[in-house]
Amino acid sequence: MIRALALGAALALLWLGLSGHYTPLILSFGILSVVFVVVIALRMDILDQEGMPLQLGARFVLYWVWLGIEIVKSNLHAARIILSPSMPINPQIVRFKSTQHTDLGQVIYANSITLTPGTTTIEIEDGHILVHALTDQTADLDAAAVMDKRVTELERAKEAG
Amino acid sequence: MDALLPIVNSISWLFLATGSIFLLIGGIGLLRLPDFYARTHAAGVIDTLGTGLILIGLMMQEEIGLNTFKLVLIGFFLFFTSPTSSYAVAHAAWVAGQKPWTNSNGNTKDAKEDVES
Repeated sequence: MIRALALGAALALLWLGLSGHYTPLILSFGILSVVFVVVIALRMDILDQEGMPLQLGARFVLYWVWLGIEIVKSNLHAARIILSPSMPINPQIVRFKSTQHTDLGQVIYANSITLTPGTTTIEIEDGHILVHALTDQTADLDAAAVMDKRVTELERAKEAG
Repeated sequence: MDALLPIVNSISWLFLATGSIFLLIGGIGLLRLPDFYARTHAAGVIDTLGTGLILIGLMMQEEIGLNTFKLVLIGFFLFFTSPTSSYAVAHAAWVAGQKPWTNSNGNTKDAKEDVES
């Protein structure tokens, strides 16, 4: 039920932000459509830990900040490689260990890998993620383990609270 | 507020210009890198820092309001959709049997010349 309310609140915020027309008629259309979507979502039974991952909580924001810094760092690395006249690349397929227990956690980890330029997820297996890495530096297993650990901790947040 | 405006404007243009440079680098990367998989990394530069910086720059062009919210939303959705679509494309290539170019095996066509030149 909390998830339904949260979805309703998120949709209402989205509607208010995108509309810009706050007359009673238009507002009532907005309320109607929000309620309609929440009812459909409830009927489809998609308001679970994946559809509405409230369990991640505020830790998600912290993770985003950390990920943002990582993205900037790896962007600078990728940009330097691309612009360097000799283009010192060493493309390779590497296998990163993934310790997440849920699909959601794996998706967060795989997407985080793709978001950092220099590594692209090409296949997700049980316990492993196949990654295409552009250089030796981006194929670093230790750096991947750090990210893996952070995502797993993020995912665990729900078990604690 | 008015006194701050030129400063905000300058910072905004700094973001826009840096973002554009990263878009350009991404474009150069798309041309220079040897194969499909390597080019996804250049696309990653465009997707993340290129669009990100430009969105931040655009937010500063506007007073805080509905348009700021919409720009945040664009960034938010890109943040989820761009890696997902990258994965879909890369995974499709992998499943279809596309072999990654490497320093040792990929001596076909123009790719190697690009690296050596």
